[in-house]
Amino acid sequence: MEWINAIVQGVLLGGLYAMFATGLSLIFGVMRLVNIAHGDLIVLAAYLGLVVLEVTGPLNPLATLALVVPVMALIGYVLQRGIFNFTLGKDILPPLLVSFGLSIILQNSLLEIFTADSRRLTAGALEVASFPMVEGVDIGVLPLMMFLTAMGVIALLQFVFYRTAMGRAFRATSDDPEVARMMGLNNRHVFALAMALSMAVVAVAGIFLAMRTNFDPASGPARLIFGFEAVIIGGLGNLWGTLAGGVVVGVAQTVGAQINPGWQQLAGHVVFLIVLAVRPRGLFPRIL
Amino acid sequence: MHDPILAVSGLEAFYGDFRALQGISLEVGENEIVAIIGANGAGKSTFLKCVAGLLANAPGSILFRGEAVGALSADKITARGIALVPEGRRLFSSLSVEENLVIGGQLGRAGRWSLKRIYELFPVLAQRRDLPATSLSGGQQQMVAIGRALMSNPDFIMFDEISLGLAPVVIKDIYAILPAVISEGTSALIVEQDISRALGIADRFICFQEGRVSLAGKPGEHDRAAISAAYFGM
Repeated sequence: MEWINAIVQGVLLGGLYAMFATGLSLIFGVMRLVNIAHGDLIVLAAYLGLVVLEVTGPLNPLATLALVVPVMALIGYVLQRGIFNFTLGKDILPPLLVSFGLSIILQNSLLEIFTADSRRLTAGALEVASFPMVEGVDIGVLPLMMFLTAMGVIALLQFVFYRTAMGRAFRATSDDPEVARMMGLNNRHVFALAMALSMAVVAVAGIFLAMRTNFDPASGPARLIFGFEAVIIGGLGNLWGTLAGGVVVGVAQTVGAQINPGWQQLAGHVVFLIVLAVRPRGLFPRIL
Repeated sequence: MHDPILAVSGLEAFYGDFRALQGISLEVGENEIVAIIGANGAGKSTFLKCVAGLLANAPGSILFRGEAVGALSADKITARGIALVPEGRRLFSSLSVEENLVIGGQLGRAGRWSLKRIYELFPVLAQRRDLPATSLSGGQQQMVAIGRALMSNPDFIMFDEISLGLAPVVIKDIYAILPAVISEGTSALIVEQDISRALGIADRFICFQEGRVSLAGKPGEHDRAAISAAYFGM
């Protein structure tokens, strides 16, 4: 029963990792940009939630999403138009380096403003609320909410991608930016919209992260790794695959921790390496 | 040709240090179909890209209805009523047939072409509207590319090597339908390596050689030897 519990908790944890990853997956799919600062942007969203709560007083952290999501989306749009658009081209190295630089700037700015103290967003009774699934397996309300939110986010992104004019613009621009321009699609604007959407997901991920664990200005890179692993395991550019990838990493970690508490992170990385060796294109290769 | 819809003068284009177009001047009249012929690397496709706004030009080097459009971006060119059916079709591979057509019309120019009219022109596309565009046969993909260009309701449409890579019987079908495509009120530029095809449909032809106009005239005005000399430079 302990093992089933570990697996169930791992699946739910996978929802959070999938949320870390979908934003990465989305912008890689649209513009072949690997955003090294993604994890730090998640942490930035968490701090934004913290600031909002300090202004408004005690509130359910999820309520801050009403403000943090649009603000992060705006930051994403400006970031893309102001910086990343100038780095995109045939060479994938410049955007990689620039986002690496952004990662360092974000970490140090957060350190300067918020100090190195670790923080968290307290959600009161919600943090510990749970209900029994079967004997010995309790489902936490917060982890379940995270998983359902991840599914909701992915379903929404899937809808946006395949059923709306904006999604059509994303796919067309990704296929052939030059011809897309003739169709009236300004690729700078289209890319900025994709980054805004990615950052909106980052906002949700950041607030959930902050409710689940402590965070500090240096927490970003570890989130980036989990997100990367989920994306690669799932298959680049496949959003439902990313959820599966998140679940694989999550289950590997909780099962690893069940074997030996010190193996939690290691198990996730080992499973990632195995998938990379056996199926380098991921479990569900690109369909975006 | 009293009132040219397109007037190009002294157009130059560069790829790095390579001068692909060395001062091209030509005009296309209202309702006229002009063919551009020439060997590989003569600058035909480059010329079309310049007119379509995919390459930057001096503003005054291209006049469309008397207005300088040389420096406009590709979307603004499309909005003015110029459309390009690009070489190799270049359909959006992750979009369905219908999405490819719809995206061609999203600049919203009013006119006679609509999704319904395109499907009437190419009934086979209506049957395959939900399939990925690049899963179709080459000829059907070319129909999608032509339909996508028509959806912007152009007054001036350019075809770049529409017969390239297609079976002769398919080329015949595509060319049979071109008069309906370039119907009343539309002018066209056709770039083609197949000289007899091009001359068969065009009112006039212009031959490019190494980025210059080497010969121009009406089909039948010049003998084969003259065309061949202008084409190959021998």
